[in-house]
Amino acid sequence: MQPIDPYDFYRVGDLLSDDERQVRDTVAKFVDERVLPNIAEHFEKDEFPREMIPEVAELGLLGCTIDGYDCAGLNYVSYGLMCQELERGDSGLRSFVSVQSSLVMFPIHEYGSEEQKNRWLPALAKGEAIGCFGLTEPDGGSDPGVMKTVAKRDGDDWIINGAKMWITNGCLSDVAVVWAETDEGKRGFLVERGMKGYTTREIKRKFSLRASVTSELFFDNVRVPDANRLPKAEGLAAPLSCLTQARFGIAWGVIGPAIACFNEVLDYSKVRVLFGSPLSHKQAIQMRLADMSRRITTAQLLVMQLGRMKDAGTMHHTQVSLAKWNNCRMAIDICRDARDMLGGSGITVEFSPIRHMLNLESVITYEGTETIHQLIVGGELTGVYAF
Amino acid sequence: MRILTVIKQVPDSNAAIKVKGDGSGIETAGLKQVCDPFDEFGVELAIQLREKGNDVEEIVAICVGGDKAAEALRTALAMGADRAVHINDPKFQSMNELFIAYVMAEVVKKDEKGYGFVFCGKNNIDLDSGAVGPALAEYLDLPHVGAVTGLDLTNGGKSFVARRRVEGAEEVLEGETPALLTIEKGLVEPRYPSLPNLMKAKKKPVQVVTSAELPDIDASTAGTDFIEMSPPPPRPDCKFVEGEPEEMARELVRLLREEAKVV
Ligand SMILES: Cc1cc2nc3c(=O)[nH]c(=O)nc-3n(C[C@H](O)[C@H](O)[C@H](O)COP(=O)(O)OP(=O)(O)OC[C@H]3O[C@@H](n4cnc5c(N)ncnc54)[C@H](O)[C@@H]3O)c2cc1C
Repeated sequence: MQPIDPYDFYRVGDLLSDDERQVRDTVAKFVDERVLPNIAEHFEKDEFPREMIPEVAELGLLGCTIDGYDCAGLNYVSYGLMCQELERGDSGLRSFVSVQSSLVMFPIHEYGSEEQKNRWLPALAKGEAIGCFGLTEPDGGSDPGVMKTVAKRDGDDWIINGAKMWITNGCLSDVAVVWAETDEGKRGFLVERGMKGYTTREIKRKFSLRASVTSELFFDNVRVPDANRLPKAEGLAAPLSCLTQARFGIAWGVIGPAIACFNEVLDYSKVRVLFGSPLSHKQAIQMRLADMSRRITTAQLLVMQLGRMKDAGTMHHTQVSLAKWNNCRMAIDICRDARDMLGGSGITVEFSPIRHMLNLESVITYEGTETIHQLIVGGELTGVYAF
Repeated sequence: MRILTVIKQVPDSNAAIKVKGDGSGIETAGLKQVCDPFDEFGVELAIQLREKGNDVEEIVAICVGGDKAAEALRTALAMGADRAVHINDPKFQSMNELFIAYVMAEVVKKDEKGYGFVFCGKNNIDLDSGAVGPALAEYLDLPHVGAVTGLDLTNGGKSFVARRRVEGAEEVLEGETPALLTIEKGLVEPRYPSLPNLMKAKKKPVQVVTSAELPDIDASTAGTDFIEMSPPPPRPDCKFVEGEPEEMARELVRLLREEAKVV
C-alpha cells in the first residue's frame, strides 16, 4: 500500500496528466528556490519584488493559457496549479501574475482588436509591459453595476473622468484596462501611462498583500482614442467574465498558503515538547491537524473538478463562486489556526502563517467578498438575487 | 560537434526514502522524482556552449530508466536539448551503476556520427557513487575529466581546457575531443524550463531503445553485482541529562568520556 502523503491525502496528484504535473513541479521548484528565500523580507519591507518580473516572464507564467502571442497555451488545470504553487510562496506574487494574466491579457485577448493584441500581448507575456485592471471604485466594489467613472465620445476619441480604487499593479502598470460608463453602456478602455490627465497613487499602510502594489487611479479629462476601446466588450458581462477567470485562479491559489502553513505547523507540532510530550501527541492538536487535512483535501478535489469542467467548457460561474468562497475560507482558517498553534513564534514573519493569514484578508475580500459569493450561490439556488 | 548529456531520474531531495522489504531497491510508488540536478549541469553547459557561438550541431539527452524517466528527459528537452534517447526495458532496471553505464555505452557506440563531448553530473544525488561518468568513459574508450568547474574550448572545439578544484588548488587540464567530462556544481546555473518550452518539448523526438536492439548483456558484464539495499540502522535512543546546569555539564562530560569515549 502506498503511504499517505499528508499534503495530498487523496492522491489528487494522480488525477493530473504528465503535462500538468510537470508544470506544477517546475513552478514549485522556482518558488522553493527563488521566491521563498526572500519573500518574507519583501513583505516586511512592504515592497513588491520587482526583480522577479523578468524571471516570472521568462518562465512563461504570464498569460500562460493563451495560445499564440508568445504564450504557453496551457490548459486551465495547469493554470490553477501554477497559481497554487505561486501562492504557496506569497499571495502578492500570485496576485501580480493573476492580474497580468486573467484581468489584463485575458480581456485584451478576448475583447481586443487584432492590433491591440499584437501590440500588447507579446509585451505583457515578456513582462516588458505591466498591466492593471480598474473596475472597483471608491464608492463600493461589491456593486460594480453602479459606476461613476464615465467616458464620453468626442469625435474619434473618448474623454474619461473618474477614479478607481484598490487596483493591483496600478503604479507599476504601462496599461490599465479601465471600465467606464458610457451612453452606450459599460465599455472597457486601454488607458496608457503618460496619457494626459491620467495619474496613479500607491495605497500605503496596508497590513495585507504587502509584497504587492495596490493603487488608486485618477482620470481627469483623459483623452483616449477609440482605437484603445476594447471593441468586443459590451456591458458588465465583459468585466465579470474577467473576474470569473481570476476567481478560478484564486480558488486554486489559496490551497498554496494552506499547505504551507499546515506543513509548518505539522513539523512544529512534532518537535515542540510541552507537558512532557510533543504537541503532536495531544488529542486537541491532532484534531486540529486532522481538520486542516480534511479541509485541504476537500478544497483540492473541489478545484480539480472545477478545472476539468473549465477545460471542457462546461463550467458555470456560480461554481467558481462556490469554490472561491469555500477555498478562501478554508485557507484563512487554516493559516490563522496554524498561527495560533505556533504560539508566540507565530507572530513573527520567521514563520509563514502570519504573513499568509494577513495576505488572505485581501484574497477573501477581492474578486468578490465571501458574502457576495454566498449571495451568488444563494441567488442561483433560489432564483432570487438578494444583494 | 555533437554533445551527449547523460540524464538520470532520481528521487526529489526532499522526498522520504523507503527501502523495499526485499532489499531490491527503494519504494517508488508515489515518490516524487526529478531530473538529477547534477545532470542538469551537463544539459545547461551544452546549451551554453551553443549559445556562446560554438558549433554545436546537436544536443542529445540519454537516459536509462522506466516509463516515468521520460519526465526527466522532457526536462532536458525543455531546457534546450534537441532530442532524447530513452533506454527503457525492464531488463535494464538496475541499481548497478556500472551495468547502467555499460548499457548506455552499447547504445552510444551504435551512433556512428559520434559525440565531441559526453557530459555527466559529477555524481547522482541518489546513489552518490560518481561511478557512471568514469565507467561510461571507460566503456566508450574516451578520456575523462572528473568534477569540472571550468571549461574553455580551444582550436575550434578540437581541444579543450578544463579546470577542477583540488585540495588547496585548482588543476588545469588540457585535452582533445572526444572526451567525457563530469560536471561539478558551480560551473553553470541550470535554467528553469519555461512553460512554453515544456509544451514544445513534447514535440521533440525521443528514440526509445529496448533490449531487443542490443547485444545480450547482463549485469555480470559490468564487473560488479548489486546485492541488496538495506535501511540505515535505527538511531539509538537519545539520552537526556537532567538537573542543575553545573550537574548537567559534569554529567555530560562524564558520559562523553566514559560511555561515548569521544573526549
Ligand atoms: C489588496 C486588494 C487588491 C485589489 N485589487 C483590485 C484590482 O486589481 N482591480 C479592481 O478592480 N479591484 C481590486 N480590489 C477591490 C476589491 O475587488 C474590492 O475591495 C471588493 O470587491 C470589495 O469592495 P469594497 O472594498 O468596496 O467593499 P464593499 O463593497 O463596500 O463591501 C463592504 C462589506 O459589505 C459586504 N456586502 C456587500 N454587499 C452586501 C450585501 N448585498 N449584503 C450583505 N453584505 C454585503 C461585503 O461583503 C463587505 O463585507 C482589490 C482589493 C484589495 C483589498
